[in-house]
Amino acid sequence: MTRVTRFAGRDPGPIARVGGFFTHLRSNGLRLGVAEADLAITALTHVKAISPDEARWALRAVCTGSREEAERFDALFDSFWMDAGRVKQKVVQTKSSKSNDNMHSSRDARGQDAGASGAATALDDGQGAADSEGTGKLVATDVRNLAKKDLRDMIRPDEIAQAEVVALRLGAALRHKRSRRRIAARKGDRLHFRKIMRASLATGGEPIKLLRKRRPDRTRKIVALCDVSGSMTVYAQVFLAFLAGLMRTDAAADAYLFHTRLVRITEALRDKDAMRAIGRLSLMADGFGGGSKIGPSLELFADTYAKRFVDGRSVVLILSDGYDTEPAEHVSTALSKLKKRGCKIIWLNPLKGWCDYEPVALGMAAALPHLDIFKAANTLADLASLDREFATL
Amino acid sequence: MTTWTDLQATLGGLGYVASDDLSVALQLALSLGRPLLLEGAAGVGKTEIARSLSVVKDTQLIRLQCYEGLDAAQAIYEWNYQRQLLTIRAAAEDGETGKQVEDRIFSRDFLLERPLLAAITQDAPPVLLIDEIDRADEEFEAYLLEILSDYQISIPELGTIKATSKPMVILTSNGTRDLSDALRRRCLYTYVDYPDRDTEMAILQARCPGIAAHLGAQIVGFVQKLREEELEKTPGIAEMLDFAAALMGLGIADLTNDPAVLQSTLTTLLKTQSDQAHITKEVSGRIAGRAA
Repeated sequence: MTRVTRFAGRDPGPIARVGGFFTHLRSNGLRLGVAEADLAITALTHVKAISPDEARWALRAVCTGSREEAERFDALFDSFWMDAGRVKQKVVQTKSSKSNDNMHSSRDARGQDAGASGAATALDDGQGAADSEGTGKLVATDVRNLAKKDLRDMIRPDEIAQAEVVALRLGAALRHKRSRRRIAARKGDRLHFRKIMRASLATGGEPIKLLRKRRPDRTRKIVALCDVSGSMTVYAQVFLAFLAGLMRTDAAADAYLFHTRLVRITEALRDKDAMRAIGRLSLMADGFGGGSKIGPSLELFADTYAKRFVDGRSVVLILSDGYDTEPAEHVSTALSKLKKRGCKIIWLNPLKGWCDYEPVALGMAAALPHLDIFKAANTLADLASLDREFATL
Repeated sequence: MTTWTDLQATLGGLGYVASDDLSVALQLALSLGRPLLLEGAAGVGKTEIARSLSVVKDTQLIRLQCYEGLDAAQAIYEWNYQRQLLTIRAAAEDGETGKQVEDRIFSRDFLLERPLLAAITQDAPPVLLIDEIDRADEEFEAYLLEILSDYQISIPELGTIKATSKPMVILTSNGTRDLSDALRRRCLYTYVDYPDRDTEMAILQARCPGIAAHLGAQIVGFVQKLREEELEKTPGIAEMLDFAAALMGLGIADLTNDPAVLQSTLTTLLKTQSDQAHITKEVSGRIAGRAA
């Protein structure tokens, strides 16, 4: 067991320590307000606060709100309270002492990160992805690109604004009628008894006005998976802008990136500051522009996230060129698993826009039987023109 | 004041084996008067905790099962329209004035209480279980926020109804969608995971007291190993108890004795066609062998 942190002698007391702990949690990305801090101190009076385990369980119940946070909490708790007996000098200064992976304010990011990432981007220019694009031959690579690429260099705020418009149009096109509940509507198919009764009060209980209700249109939930492997680098800019726009307009949408790994980016893209969202994204897309494992990534998605987020009302949008380093069976098993959840699958392949393109890449060929729509998309304009296709789904 | 260890022991006496962190969270939720949000896979005993808690506290359990399209009329209150209409007709024949009738038909007698309203108008504080909140729409979360923070409900015709007793609220979620931050903020949170071997053993002993120690250990070992397999639907605790009941009913003393019988009892654990196809007789035999 790790030893409890020893605080400095002039430390102001337990309340300040909890305050310090909250600063520590906040600087590590947990969204906590004053009310939570107050609640935490009250909670500690209800357990034996001197027992590390009890304090940990009590604070965890108060401070976390999701599984991811609960998992991270233990490490954060240890680093603050169980710091192997090291002396903490001033409790309130912990904010700067912790390096921070998930939260970057846009001010910070511009100052410190931009310099470092600039070098990384310059290095990347000479690498495989960009080169092979020139020869018109794209192959999948199975190495993870370790150079960090800063997506903020690639995506401009006005593009996100344009993408938002496109995403709105696509979302509107994906409406369909399938709600079980009916709501009041002038041209409804059934009588709305509740409203009729209410209206009949005005006419002494005589139901003169017949009001109606019908099943409302409900939007489909878009789940987008974007391939950011080396072969997709040139298109990623468009697609990521689209994803950012989609996340900002549609509260139900869900987004993932994959290259050699699968990363959920929904939370990051929902950041209020559009450029900060992209900044957080580039931290998560570590390995961006490297190899591609489409099949295993899709399979991982089908086995984990899809069980929670994909249902009969979802549209799974895959943005990839289909060049995979893994056997093609992975793609077809993953897609058939997804299909069983009752969703529609749309695959947008930037290469399909080329003349004479045939889906001969093994992964692509394996995917074809499972797809509801297979279309080309290279630019935002292409994406925008897809709304008619989507409406017919 | 009861401590969490007391609560854990009382729950244990009722056959609910709660882990330490769950007990602390539950005790805090009770003493701070906050709702408790439980997340976790299906079949880890989230709903059961509310039922056990209502027995411990000796109060009523009011359950609201959420589903897509759940609205205020189903969850909070609705006027009894048919009865109102009949009353209006009857009043018209007796020659009552409009004002009198209106006062009468918008009184508490004509109000149909749904779970949320029922929960705050009890004499003794009940346990309110809001099950599978993630299935309800986001609009419904907004209704819930008012009730969870102020424990009051506004009915335009009647005014605001304040809670006569503050219910102990337990929310469960399977994580099929992200809940809003506003809702999470108001709740204490605990993630309920599949139990470890010792805990599951204790659960089995509590629920099936007659089971032989050897068979019990085999069952728990088997289910624990089965959860590591790639399955579409991982068996939960309820499935494990069904499995144990099935084996006891068939009078089996050792899992490894008869592979055919073991295979036929797997219907209690594996709930999809592909899972059943995936766990063949050989696979189940191998798992049983390793678990023993």
